[in-house]
Amino acid sequence: MSQPALDEIHLKVDDLRISFGGVQALAGVSLDVRRGEIFSLIGPNGAGKTVLLNCINGLYPPKAGRILFEGRDMTSLRPHQRAALGIARTFQKIELFSGMTVLDNIRLGRHLHMRAGILSGACYVGKAAREELVHREFIEREIIDLLEIAHIRDKIVGMLPYGLQKRVELARALALQPRILLLDEPMAGLNLEEVEDMARFILDLNEGERWRATCVLVEHDMGVVMDISNRVAVLNFGEKIAEGPPAEVQANPEVVRAYLGEVEDLYVSRR
Amino acid sequence: MDLFLQLLITGVMVGSIYALVALGWTLIYKCSGVLNLAMGELTLMGAYVCLSFYTWGIPFPLAVVGMLIIGFILGLLTERLFLRRMVGESILAVIMVTVGLSFFFRGIVAFTWGTDTRVFDPPVFPAEPIRWGRIVVGQVYVWSFVAALVMLVVFVAFFKYTRWGLSMQATADDEMAALSLGVSAHRVYALAWAIAFMAAGVGGTLLGNINGLNISVGYLGLLVLPAVVLGGLNSVPGAIVGGIAIGVLQNLSAGYLSRFTPGGIKEIAPFAFMVIILLFRPYGLWGWVKIERV
Repeated sequence: MSQPALDEIHLKVDDLRISFGGVQALAGVSLDVRRGEIFSLIGPNGAGKTVLLNCINGLYPPKAGRILFEGRDMTSLRPHQRAALGIARTFQKIELFSGMTVLDNIRLGRHLHMRAGILSGACYVGKAAREELVHREFIEREIIDLLEIAHIRDKIVGMLPYGLQKRVELARALALQPRILLLDEPMAGLNLEEVEDMARFILDLNEGERWRATCVLVEHDMGVVMDISNRVAVLNFGEKIAEGPPAEVQANPEVVRAYLGEVEDLYVSRR
Repeated sequence: MDLFLQLLITGVMVGSIYALVALGWTLIYKCSGVLNLAMGELTLMGAYVCLSFYTWGIPFPLAVVGMLIIGFILGLLTERLFLRRMVGESILAVIMVTVGLSFFFRGIVAFTWGTDTRVFDPPVFPAEPIRWGRIVVGQVYVWSFVAALVMLVVFVAFFKYTRWGLSMQATADDEMAALSLGVSAHRVYALAWAIAFMAAGVGGTLLGNINGLNISVGYLGLLVLPAVVLGGLNSVPGAIVGGIAIGVLQNLSAGYLSRFTPGGIKEIAPFAFMVIILLFRPYGLWGWVKIERV
C-alpha cells in the first residue's frame, strides 16, 4: 500500500459514453482519480477498461460525457495535446518502434519535445548541445537506472523477450515525464519474477520523490491489483458496478457475481 | 554496347524523376496508409503552376521555388479539405476519394491551362547535347537528373534528421505509440501531402521540360505504381531504387523490343514487370513483411 492519497481530484471522468455499432462499450461511467494514488480498473474481458483508457488518452472520441484533468476540461483535446499535458500510457499489445534500439525508443519520446532549432541542432552547439545533455542525463539516470534496463539499452527492441519489451514501453512513457500514467495490463504475459519487478516499478513511480505519478492501472492479476492499489473500480458491460478500497471491492457481492460467479475464485492469485 | 550504355544512362536519368514522384507517393502511403491514385494529377498541377510562373517571365529557379510554395499550400489544403474527414473510413472509400481528386485536378488543369501541349518557352536548358565518348545525352536529361537528386537528398534528409521528419517516421512505424508520445497525426498527414505535392511538382516540371507539357504527363502517376511495388510500398529507399529501375526498364524495352511490336511496349513493360514482382515478391524489395501471428 502506498502513502495515503491526497484528496485532490487529479483526473475526473464524468458520465462517459461511447458505443461501437450496437455495443455500448461505456454506458455512462464516472470516476474520480485522486492525485498520487494508484487507481485500478478491473472487470471481465470486454468490460470497457481499455476503451476507457483510450478515451482518457484521446484515441477514441466519447459520444457523451467529459474528462477533466487537473480541473480542466480536456474532452475535446487531441491525443498529442493530452500527451503534452502529461498523460502518458502503455499499451496492452506492445506498441514499440520495434526496429529501433531501446535507447532510441526512449529518446524518441523525449526528442519530440525538445525545442532547439534545426540549425543549432545540426551544428550541435549552444542551446541544442545543452538541451541534449540535460535530456540524455535525465534518460540515463531517471529512467534507465530506475527500470533496470541499462544492460539492454543498445539492443534492438524487436529482439527482446516480451517481459523486457513491456518494461521498455513503460520507459518510453516515462520519457514524457507524465503526471498521469495509464497502464494497460502491464503484467499480462509476464512470469512471476517479472510481475514482481513491474509491481515494484509502478510503486517506485508512484511514491518516488522524482515522479509522484498518478497511476491508472488496468490489470487482470488480482494479487497485484489488490496489493498495490489505493482504490479499485470494477467495470462490467460498460458500467461501473463498484468503486472503493481493495478490501471493500473484494467483499462486494455484486462484483463477485459479475466477475467470476464464485466467491473463492476471485482471490485466486498467482502468488 | 554503346546503345546499351546510352539507353541505360538516359533510363537512370528519367528514372530519377520517377523516383522523386514515387518518393512523394510512398510518404503518403507510409504515414497515413492512403493509396493515392491522384499522384499523376499532383504532378500536372505542379508542372503547370511552374510553367505559368515561367511564362510570366520569372527566372526558372525562382519559378520552381514559387511552385514548391504553391505545392506546399495545395498539399495542406488537399489534406485538410478532402482527406481529413476520411480518417477512419474504409480503405476503399479513401482510395475512391483520391480517384475523385484526380478527376478534379485534371479538370482544373484542362479548364485553366487548356489541353494543348505547352512547352517551356524559351527552353530552360540548352539544346546542345553533352557527349561522353560516343554516348550522347541531352542537357535537359542531365540537369533533370541533378535536380531530382538534389530534391531526393533534401527530402530524405528532412525525413531523417528533422523533428517533423521524425514525427512522420514514428507515425509510419506505429501510429498508436506516436500519438501517445505527443505526435499530432493530422500534422503528419498534412505534411506528407505537402511534400508529395512538392515532389510531384518538381517531377512534372522536369518531364515537361523534356517532352513538353500536356494532360498525358499525368500518366506518370500510374507509372509510379510499378516503381513503388518494386521497392515495397512503404520503403523510401525502395521508392527511389524502384523509380530508377522503372526508368531503365522503360528505356531498354523501348530500345530493344519496340521493333518487334506494333509500338507501345515502352508503356506496357513497367506494368508487366510489376505483375511479375507481385507474383514472386509481393512485399517488394524492402517493404515491411506483415505477418500476423495468431
